[in-house]
Amino acid sequence: MKKIVLLLAFFSLVVIVAIGYLSDRNYEPTIVQQLKQKYSKKYPKDVDHSRFPILQQKFTSPQQVTEACESCHNLTAHQIMNSNHWNWERAEFIKGKGIVYLGKANAINNFCIGTKGNELSCAKCHIGYGMDSTRKIFADSTNIDCLVCHDNTETYAKAGEKGGAPAPGLDYNKIAQSVGKPKRTNCGVCHFYGGGGNNVKHGDLEMSMFEPTKEVDIHMGTDALNLQCVDCHTTKQHMISGKLYSLSSMNLSRVTCEQCHTETPHESDILNEHTYKVACQTCHIPVYSKVNSTKMYWDWSTAGRLRNGEPYEIDDSLGNHTYLSIKGSFIWARNVKPDYIWFNGTASHYLEGDVINDTTKPLVLNPLHGSYNDYESKIIPVKIHVAKQPFDPVNKILIQPKLYSPEKGEGAFWQDFNWITASSVGMKDAGLPFSGKISFIKTEMYWPINHMVSSKEQSVQCIECHTRKNSRLAKLKDFYMPGRDYSPFVDIAGNWLIILTLLGVLTHGILRMFSSKKSKKV
Amino acid sequence: MSKKLVYIYRGFERFWHWMQAILIFFLAFTGFEIHGSYTFLGYKDAVRYHNVAAYMLIVLIIFAIFWHLTTGAWKQYVPTAKNIKAQLDYYLFGIFRNAPHPTKKTVLSKLNPLQKLTYFGLKILVIPLSVTSGLLYMFYRYPTRHGIDAINVSTLKYIAIFHTVGAILLVVFIITHLYLITTGETVTSNLKAMLTGYEELDSDESSKDQVGEKEINTIIE
Repeated sequence: MKKIVLLLAFFSLVVIVAIGYLSDRNYEPTIVQQLKQKYSKKYPKDVDHSRFPILQQKFTSPQQVTEACESCHNLTAHQIMNSNHWNWERAEFIKGKGIVYLGKANAINNFCIGTKGNELSCAKCHIGYGMDSTRKIFADSTNIDCLVCHDNTETYAKAGEKGGAPAPGLDYNKIAQSVGKPKRTNCGVCHFYGGGGNNVKHGDLEMSMFEPTKEVDIHMGTDALNLQCVDCHTTKQHMISGKLYSLSSMNLSRVTCEQCHTETPHESDILNEHTYKVACQTCHIPVYSKVNSTKMYWDWSTAGRLRNGEPYEIDDSLGNHTYLSIKGSFIWARNVKPDYIWFNGTASHYLEGDVINDTTKPLVLNPLHGSYNDYESKIIPVKIHVAKQPFDPVNKILIQPKLYSPEKGEGAFWQDFNWITASSVGMKDAGLPFSGKISFIKTEMYWPINHMVSSKEQSVQCIECHTRKNSRLAKLKDFYMPGRDYSPFVDIAGNWLIILTLLGVLTHGILRMFSSKKSKKV
Repeated sequence: MSKKLVYIYRGFERFWHWMQAILIFFLAFTGFEIHGSYTFLGYKDAVRYHNVAAYMLIVLIIFAIFWHLTTGAWKQYVPTAKNIKAQLDYYLFGIFRNAPHPTKKTVLSKLNPLQKLTYFGLKILVIPLSVTSGLLYMFYRYPTRHGIDAINVSTLKYIAIFHTVGAILLVVFIITHLYLITTGETVTSNLKAMLTGYEELDSDESSKDQVGEKEINTIIE
């Protein structure tokens, strides 16, 4: 008897050890090892530009540099001139709206709202020289700014508010002789500062990504593989893959994790099955804005307050502007847990002049499409940027105000602080009607989070979603998720059934005890 | 009426019973963690262990079915209406008056009518419900994943809810079962029998049963 009990205990132990052993699969996948090997190889440059005589000449203008480039790269200009980096727009098909040409040229966002009329300031991030509101520069290939992307000295810089012209005092020879593949600095100088400051827009792209640690980004970490932007954003003929749905609409030329890691990168089948409905980013980017804060809320309606007739700013303890007379009030956040939505790769957009029918709820400027029942959809992490921005309550359209002007008196809000004149000039520049009345409407923009990937140890754990309380996916209610969902009826009925059984057994046992005592006495 | 020590549970039967007991306890323990009832092992490990234990249970069930079919032991579980009322009367009243068990336990008829009914229900309803819903739980995505829309399962909801129902019924069964173990001749006699295989049974049966025992022994051996 004792022997058998011991044997049984031994068996239980064997079973549990077997379960543990059979389910343990904690080693690095081969594919990751292969990728590490591939991307740690260093290749020498094919060409040394410093030896070309044409780059030894004394350059007096940036256009001369471009001409020198084009003397050898003589079939390249048209590639640039067909790109959205140059045109600030591309053809997009939007469901319900057909084919539209959409881009920075004409989009309305809920940051600095739009570029129209504000070109001198906005074009600091255009890959060309000398953009103004006439936008005539696009026809001339010598206006292409090769250097902003290809400078490898990290000394090239653009001047502020000069329509994209370079800063004064640059050594064009040194810069032109250094050219090579774009590095993180080349891309980051625009893409990290969109919206008028570091990390205003994206949340996952900001100046800490110039030289990130692997804690910030496991791929780009200088102490890890030190990947450059273009390692993933592969490029053919100056068409750079990858795009963001603040402006894009179609499920095309996206950069995906799967292009390196495959669709089933995990050793565990259960994790691999997740990839059918869950994007990699959802688990592998647990927080964004890991180093510096990102802007979460922008209230234009408080803009324009002056002290002694002068604009002013208020900063928080981290140096983030919480108020600017020219722009309004802001809320910033750091180490932000993303919001999660279903996304199938297509988006819609508020286009200039679109009439807003329902002004009672927030207007989403770029609704991302998707749902659980849509086979193409996966859950992705997003930053939701909320704003209160000017709109015309009579025409029911968003207002594109004139913001920047070098001089006072031209109606620019940043000079004159008058919403009515800024709106009437801005709407005239944009070719849109303006009733003369201004109101403010709550708007939202969805920014998919794709960068700042964490190590697998730091990725989102099962319980952070599969839980009844505070699930990361609490807002996605269109599907059943184990651990989070249950049938209240089954659970309550089941609990009662178990309680009643226990009570029944207990009562029965007690009655038996008493009756057996009684019978012993007899 | 004399008592005789009878070898009533064969080796495999006991192995099957106790392995099933261990696995079902383990599955319930990990399963209700996955259900969100509590946290103990951590969600990831609970799922991993639950799935491995599930496969082990399925293998065990396959062996058990084979054993029951080849030895004819399955006949033990065919429910009968005979004596059900007597058995109910016994649990509700007789047991408190120290009345004798209304049905005799023999090698050929180990189960009383209520046990037959319950185990039959377990075997053809609850276990199949749990196993089927469990397998669907693991594999419901596969048709869609491989582009087979005709048998696409679009939601886990009903699979999961049926699996929960099965689990709750098993818990209710286990509670009752554990208690009823103590209602043998003595409090521990049933437990001892399931551990050692031997139980003291009344041997006033006709020689037919003795023959039956031999028959079964020869079949098994």
